[in-house]
Formats: sequence, structure tokens, C-alpha cells
Amino acid sequence: MASHDAKAGRLPGLFVNPDTSSFTEFLGAYSPELLPGRRPLPAVSAGEEIPHGTTIVAVVFPGGVVMAGDRRATAGNVIAQRDIEKVFRADEFSAIAIAGTAGIGIEMMRLFQVELEHYEKREGRTLSIEGKANRLATMVRQNLGMAMQGLAVVPLFAGYDEDRDAGRIFSYDPAGGRYEERDFHSIGSGSVFARGALKKLFRPDLSAEDAALVCVQALYDAADDDSATGGPDLTRGIFPVVASVTAEGYRRLGEDEVGALARAVVEERYDSPGGPTAPLR
Amino acid sequence: MPFYVSPEQQMKDKADYARKGISRGRSVVVLQYADGILFVADNPSRALHKISEIYDRIAFAAVGKYNEFENLRLGGVRYADINGYQYDRRDVTARGLANVYAQSLGTIFTETNKPYEVELVVAEVGETAETDQIYRLTFDGSVADEHGYVAMGGQADAVAQALKERYVEGASLVEALRTAVRSLEAQDNDRHLEAKSLEVAVLDRNREHRLFKRLPAARIEALLAEAGD
Repeated sequence: MASHDAKAGRLPGLFVNPDTSSFTEFLGAYSPELLPGRRPLPAVSAGEEIPHGTTIVAVVFPGGVVMAGDRRATAGNVIAQRDIEKVFRADEFSAIAIAGTAGIGIEMMRLFQVELEHYEKREGRTLSIEGKANRLATMVRQNLGMAMQGLAVVPLFAGYDEDRDAGRIFSYDPAGGRYEERDFHSIGSGSVFARGALKKLFRPDLSAEDAALVCVQALYDAADDDSATGGPDLTRGIFPVVASVTAEGYRRLGEDEVGALARAVVEERYDSPGGPTAPLR
Repeated sequence: MPFYVSPEQQMKDKADYARKGISRGRSVVVLQYADGILFVADNPSRALHKISEIYDRIAFAAVGKYNEFENLRLGGVRYADINGYQYDRRDVTARGLANVYAQSLGTIFTETNKPYEVELVVAEVGETAETDQIYRLTFDGSVADEHGYVAMGGQADAVAQALKERYVEGASLVEALRTAVRSLEAQDNDRHLEAKSLEVAVLDRNREHRLFKRLPAARIEALLAEAGD
């Protein structure tokens, strides 16, 4: 451990200074260079050669929320990664997913995870869901300079709200604007196509399993029209990451569960490539 | 006009002072059981914890002066989180944390007039009982590597003696909790501890991700009832 204290050996003063329960603030005092927002901005705008993560969807169902992301990262026209993971546990009752510059996004996600856990351990209570969402907004805002240089990161945050016994979704803009979404949302390059699908497939009384199916369908539609979004890769067995958050906590669906959903979706598309049709009236 | 006090006398006075402070408090017991490590404190407070989570597999138990061990706990959480963030979650170990605490306590004991009146346990649950680690730290920075069980606090000797008589390796949670509570009752002649005056937590190796879990009063009550209380 690097010592920032003259009295070598002992916990450095910063470690025992009781002023904040925020890990980010502590990190800013301890090693500011480790914070994503504290680095010198690149002099020129970043090109397309840095990998970008793409489409994320989230759907609320009674008693929880499901979040899913495709597995592709692109660098310009190249597929940089076929099996990247973009949906993560934020804490026991929330999930975070990232779209945009993958490197910075993953760093932000890790920092956010530690931030929530750190607060919980120090204070003996978890942050409210709004508190978590606001904390994430601050992190996104700190990345604004990078975003202006072409390295934007936009997360999607979803969690279970104990007080309301319901799932909630929060979206962000690169300037740190925080918006609560109703029912469903999508972000990333394929989000326009995914949102269209979500709009037609969403019902307020979805079961957890059907909500996961809606997400897989929407991601299929995104991959269908957006070259940066990866569809289910049946030959390699690479399927979207799907996670649900309910009163039981965060749960990432198993490979077999998502595999079965994805195979069913692909199978059905042989007959109707556009997916399920909505009633006309 | 300063009088000369020999270093031996100075250290002895400080140690006596610290021991006296610690012996005023109630006891805490840490013991290994089949699924991990069990922590039981004779502590009626719901807000001021003596047992806490430090990291995925690591927990902390303390007796003595609250503000002093709380200060160490908060520092430990920062130490663990920053190391896990910079390296990997697996790189945060009880051994590393025990070392930092030992250095801190040792420096405070020798360099300041007032030593910390605390005693700590830092424990890490392993994949198997053989790889569990329990470190006991005293006010002067000494570290002891413990196996099986530890008792600290007010009547630590009486509690440790009771533990020695009752402790069995690989006990179930119910049995281990009974052992712990019976041993804590040895603090006084006619002590009976109920669920609401106990703080209980486990590091359970069968859990996922964060292995620390605080047991709510209702669960403690159910376990004690099962143990035939």
C-alpha cells in the first residue's frame, strides 16, 4: 500500500479520516489519477479505433426489472469483441449496463460498484435507489470532457425499489442528465430499433420470464438493422447477457436459460423474420 | 520538572491501562463451524456494531472503545476497497489487513500517550475449513494466528475456558451458535442471553460474492429455539 503519511506502517491519515463515505471522493484524495474524470483530455478527438459497446435494453415487470445487452463491441467497421459483457450487478438490488466507449464504461461501472458497496459497509445501510442513480449521474458528468472528445459513455441503471415493490429504470445523457423511464428503455447504437420492438411487445403484466423474452426479441431486432449490435451467435453459443432484479436480488440468467430463449427467438424468425406481429387494433 | 520513568514501566502502565479499558466491556466470540466462521457478540445495540463486513470473504470483530475500533474498521474498509479496485477482488486478504492493523496499533501504542483500548479479530473464510484464517490483534499490535475459536472482551478468560470445553470442529450453525451463546453466558454467574441482546453474523462459504451475512433477530431466535433453548 502506498503510504501518504510520514509515519510509515500505520494506516495513512487519509484512511482513517472520517469525512466521507464516498469511495470516489476518497479515491480523488488518495490517487486522483485513478478517477476517470481527472485525466488530461486527449488533444485531438478519438477516432473510431477504440472499441464501443452497443445496445442495451431494460423492461419493467410487476415486482422487478429485466436488463439485457448484446455481446458485440465494435471499432469502426471491425468487430472488436464478440463476447463482451455490458450488463453487470451494481449491488444486490440494482444493475448497471454501459454503452459507448467500452474501456471508460467498464471503469465507470467498476467504480460505481465499489462506490455502492463502500457506502453500504461504512454507513451500515444501502443508498436509496434515487441516491444510487444520482451518484451515477455525477460520474457520467465527470466524463463530459472525454465525451466531447469522442469518448462518450452512457449507462443505463435499473433496480428494485423496496418501498414501491417495483422495478425502476434510469437513463442518462453524456452531460450527466438523469431521467427516469417508464416501462422500458434502450440505449446504444441499436436502441432506435430495439425501442420500436419494445414498444410493440411491452405489456404491463409481463412475467419475469416473458420480460426476458421481450428483451431478447428487442435485441434481435436491433441486431437485424444495426451493424454494431450482435445477434445471438448460435454457432459459437454466444447469447445476450440477461439479468433480473427483484425482491430476491440481482440474478443473472444462466447460459442455458438465455440460450433456450435465444434459440426459440431465432427458430420463430425462420417463419416470420420480423418477429411477433402486434394486433392492428 | 519531568521525572524519569523507565521504558519498561511506561509500557507496563500503558498495557495495564489498555487492558483495564477492554475488561470493562462485554465479550465477543468468533468460531469456525461447518460452513464457515461464526461471530457472536453480547451486544444489545442495533446501531453500534461490534461485528462488520470488510470485504467479500473478510469480516471484523472488535471489543473495547467504540470510537477507536470504529476508526480502525472504517480504515480497513477503505484499505480493502482501494486494493480490490486497483488490483483484483481476490487480492484483498485478511493477512494483509491484519498486518496493517498490527502496524497501526503498534505505532499508536509506542508513540502516543494513550494506547487504543481495543482488541480485534480479522477473519477470512476459505474454500475449506483448513484454509480459514482468523487473526487476533491486541492493543499493542501483537498478532496471533488462531484456529477453532477466539474469545475477547470483558471476561475473555472465562468465556475462552467455556469455549474450550464445548467447542467441536465442523459443528452445524445451530450447534455452533449454542456453543457461542453458552460460552458468552459464562461471563457472569447467572447470565441468560436472548436473541435481542445478541449480535450474530456469519462468513458463509456457500454464499455467493459477498459471504458476510448479519443474522436478523428473528433468525437468531429460530436458531436458538432449534438448539433447544
